Amino acid sequence: MTAADVLLAALGAVALGAGLLVVTTRHVVRAGLWLVVTLGAVAGLYLVLSAELLAWVQVLLYVGAVVVLLLFAVMLTRAPIGASDDLDRVRWPGALIGAGAGAGLVALFADAFHWSRVGLPAPGTAEAIGGAVFRTWVLPFELVSVLLLAALVGAIVVSRPDISAGPRSDSRPDPRGR
Amino acid sequence: MSLAPYVPILGLFALAAGFALFSVAAAPFVGPRRFNKAKLDAYECGIEPTPQPVGGGRFPVKFYLTAMLFIVFDIEIIFLYPWAVNFGMLGVFGFVEMVLFIVTVFVAFAYVWRRGGLDWD
Repeated sequence: MTAADVLLAALGAVALGAGLLVVTTRHVVRAGLWLVVTLGAVAGLYLVLSAELLAWVQVLLYVGAVVVLLLFAVMLTRAPIGASDDLDRVRWPGALIGAGAGAGLVALFADAFHWSRVGLPAPGTAEAIGGAVFRTWVLPFELVSVLLLAALVGAIVVSRPDISAGPRSDSRPDPRGR
Repeated sequence: MSLAPYVPILGLFALAAGFALFSVAAAPFVGPRRFNKAKLDAYECGIEPTPQPVGGGRFPVKFYLTAMLFIVFDIEIIFLYPWAVNFGMLGVFGFVEMVLFIVTVFVAFAYVWRRGGLDWD
């Protein structure tokens, strides 16, 4: 066991434990906060696996932005501060899907690598990833901008029908109608 | 990649956590306890606390749009970093790539702006 193995096992345990708490807690807001721990531990896993840029993207985007959006979504819907009894519906379909996906992934990896020791690839530094994205994967990169455009326009259309339909905001008759 | 550069960061994390734990643990023993109404009030960034819509109440959907804007431009900024690191190597081609990318994302921004999505009331 090397230091990296110990770190991987510890971070994996943290991610797994926090992930369990995400789905078992009765507080929606706490589930969101446990998700921060899970995603942070996954960022640590990336770091140990020498995917340096990916680790910090995980911290900035998932821990920083996606969880904020999740908590905003909770605030927007019912603001359930405190425990909710109706968080869990029927447990077994979720457990079945989760266990199935997990077992499938384990089987896939076991089959692909046959328990052999795989060396770490070249470090995922900003130089390496930047070179790959901006020279080899140019079209997917430009498509990402279209995806972002669609996401933002979609968010407006879904969340603000008052401003996305009809004439521009300058000629809106009643601003209190939002 | 060697994780050696992260050892000082880990040390800083430990120091910060230790400071936080020490402060919280030591405060009840060393701090004077002279309570008044203002001290016992909920803290809301220094402004007068207002009743919150707890249970049943909803927050304005404008917050959601702000969060979406934040995420979209967060992702855009993330791409700028590996691009900037490789800027010299990529040359004019890389510059045109990034201009196209930013212009496309800013179309969304212009849409939000012209539709009045950035007006708060």
